[in-house]
Amino acid sequence: MLAESLALSALLFTIGVIGVLTRRNAIILFMCVELMLNAVNLSFVALSKLYGATGQVFVVFVMTVAAAEAAVGLAIIIAIFRHRQSVNLDDINLLKG
Amino acid sequence: MGNEFHSLFYSFHFYLFGLIAIASALLFVTRKSPVAAAMWLVNVMFCLAALYVMLDAQFIGAIQVIVYAGAIMVVFLFVVMLLNLGYGDAITDLRGNAGRLTAGFVGLALLAEVMVLARAEFPAQLTPKAAAAAARIDGPAGVIGPVAAPLFKEYLLAFELTSILLLTAIVGAVVIGKKRNPSDAR
Repeated sequence: MLAESLALSALLFTIGVIGVLTRRNAIILFMCVELMLNAVNLSFVALSKLYGATGQVFVVFVMTVAAAEAAVGLAIIIAIFRHRQSVNLDDINLLKG
Repeated sequence: MGNEFHSLFYSFHFYLFGLIAIASALLFVTRKSPVAAAMWLVNVMFCLAALYVMLDAQFIGAIQVIVYAGAIMVVFLFVVMLLNLGYGDAITDLRGNAGRLTAGFVGLALLAEVMVLARAEFPAQLTPKAAAAAARIDGPAGVIGPVAAPLFKEYLLAFELTSILLLTAIVGAVVIGKKRNPSDAR
């Protein structure tokens, strides 16, 4: 089942990338990043069956980083929403020259 | 014959969960409402948890459900609620009476499945490795031991650093998300 797992992981990662590139809602963008992290976790778990449990240790670390990223990222989104009354990325262009 | 049947049973469920995950992921990136998107993403995460269990990573499957589907997605939904971005009329994919009927039918079918599975005796050819797996799970190290040993030996420093990372994230999230008092402005 290793080949199938890696193919599924690649497919889910691609769907996440497509979401990041096409969606303009900042919250959905963050969820697409979570989907990409999940896809990578699937690769780790599938390969850990072959190479020992170290892959699963890395999945624990990835989940920790994902939780921290979600907390800080959503706080930033809330701060931006206070300024702009919108989470649409097209409205957030303060740094544009 | 037992092993062949077991392998067919295994492959069927592996592909089933894989296909549900892909379909849910596609629905997730195409939904307009963040709430509907989050629900489909939770579905993807549950399918991945099932695949983790099938790949002999039961502990990862459990924390996938608890941490990802349980905690992280709730934070997302909480922010959607806080900012009132739900697009109330576009939340559900099943509208009207047909949708209600479908939802009720699926719910009853799942309930019946749980009731049947709770008291079912599985034929031996479905579970040829069950005794070995049970011995491994009930053994001295269990299923968590192989994950915990490297986590607390080789990767102890990284493990301790994640606690600092989480603390930093908590403080950062509070500071960034805090409402600024206008009288504090210089």
